[in-house]
Amino acid sequence: MKYWISAILLVVLAAGTALSGMNEYFFFAGYVVLTFVVLATAWNILGGYAGYVNFGTAAFFGIGAYTATVLFKWLGAPLAVQIAGGALISGLLGFGVGLLTLRLRGIFFAIATVAVIFICETLMINWRYVGGATGLQLLRPEVLAPFETYTRMLFVLMALLAVGAVSIARYIQTSWFGRGLRAIRDSEEAAEASGVPTLKLKLFACTVSGMLMGAAGAPMPMYLSFIEPVSSFNLTYSVSALAMPMIGGTAHWIGPVIGALLLGSVQQIVTVTISNEINVLVVGVLLVLFVVLAPDGVIGLFKKWTRYFK
Amino acid sequence: MDQILQVKGVSKHFGGFTALSDVSVDIVRGERFGLIGPNGSGKTTLINCISGALRNDGGSILFEGVEVSGLPAYKRTRRGIARSFQLPRPFHSMTVLENLLVPLEYVAHGKEEEVFDILRRIGLADKAHTQSNQLSQVELRKLELARAMAAKPRLLISDEAMAGLSGSEVDEVLKILLDLNATGITVIMIEHIMQAVMRFSQRVVCLDAGKIICEGTPASIVANPDVQRAYLGA
Repeated sequence: MKYWISAILLVVLAAGTALSGMNEYFFFAGYVVLTFVVLATAWNILGGYAGYVNFGTAAFFGIGAYTATVLFKWLGAPLAVQIAGGALISGLLGFGVGLLTLRLRGIFFAIATVAVIFICETLMINWRYVGGATGLQLLRPEVLAPFETYTRMLFVLMALLAVGAVSIARYIQTSWFGRGLRAIRDSEEAAEASGVPTLKLKLFACTVSGMLMGAAGAPMPMYLSFIEPVSSFNLTYSVSALAMPMIGGTAHWIGPVIGALLLGSVQQIVTVTISNEINVLVVGVLLVLFVVLAPDGVIGLFKKWTRYFK
Repeated sequence: MDQILQVKGVSKHFGGFTALSDVSVDIVRGERFGLIGPNGSGKTTLINCISGALRNDGGSILFEGVEVSGLPAYKRTRRGIARSFQLPRPFHSMTVLENLLVPLEYVAHGKEEEVFDILRRIGLADKAHTQSNQLSQVELRKLELARAMAAKPRLLISDEAMAGLSGSEVDEVLKILLDLNATGITVIMIEHIMQAVMRFSQRVVCLDAGKIICEGTPASIVANPDVQRAYLGA
């Protein structure tokens, strides 16, 4: 109950600021940070709960964006339909990829998911309808009332998606389904021997995770008024979606949220104040520091400190 | 006779290595069955084939008259075959209680109180809320058995639950297994500690190099020259 009240309050707060006279840049940057909340949360469902490290976030994100583009160009579909379509196709991709790769374990699974990015990117580069390698300019439709600008509307939309994604992750974590995924992470053989249908659970987690990543990618073309393969399938999405839960803590749904807010904001600040290239360095350094010094992330540190000061 | 498990001509190869060749054995409902053999003789491979962790290459495995050799492990557990692992594989991120909730939720669909009942019987009740990565070796062995029990099996396979334990600890685990058997659960015990197998089993089978070399009462097995040769070399 407390969770739902805070969730609703957060969305209301997001909408409130979007309707206020706040600087446009806040929404421009906030949108990206919220996108990472969705991506990190989605990644954590398979990567954190079940322990299957997925490097293919960029593929699911990009396919979501391209699905939205196709729907927009072909049918002039509204944003909601674009997002639903992006989630659906990326979910299907997750199911397909899972079916092919989830029998692999550890590093082999991770490598297979990297391959998915390159396959998807190559396909889009060679598809003329969506602009091929040069990309496609998209004309945004009129912004809906009561929003002043399109970016503000997208910001609120992404806040809704973030709350939705986190709610799904939270539900999974606390249900029997989440316990099954944790059992898989701890010992797949023992999970199977305890009656957990490991392959089915992993497939489902991969599908849900893919869906959410696709939904996060779908509004991207409208946000940029442009789509192009190299940036849509950028490996940075994969790295960030993995680094954020690691930094926040993978065991709890709040971990990816903390990680994404923290790292996402730092990235935005660094981009503006120093340079875009330093971004990747920041992610890398923080990831190494956390993996070495705080393997359970911010949550782990917090728990340790509260125990220490008790 | 009411056979709970029928293993018929089961074989298993790993590349060119034959781990099991034409193994046949029947287990009677309610029986205490011992499986012995030197290292590498195929004991664990056989129970992996029975529990579904491995698929047998040839032969058939019938549980309560139904062919199970094509089923994935989790479906066999749901049918009533539970096992413990030789090297304990606890769900280390969970408490003892949560470890048992996994099979309870996925197989037995029982209530949480039943878990405490199992923990009391096995002697882990005071550890219910302990993180499983903080347990001692003997407690881990007990957890393996407790988790297997939480699936409410009719056939329990105990894979070297006593290896590396002290004399009194062996007695403790032995008593647990005897108590479980007394409630009607068929138990297959794999063990290196001869004394324990002899005290526990009603019938023993000895494997060597993937073949059954003899079968009989514990006393007759010890006296068997083939068994002596397999264990001591000759």
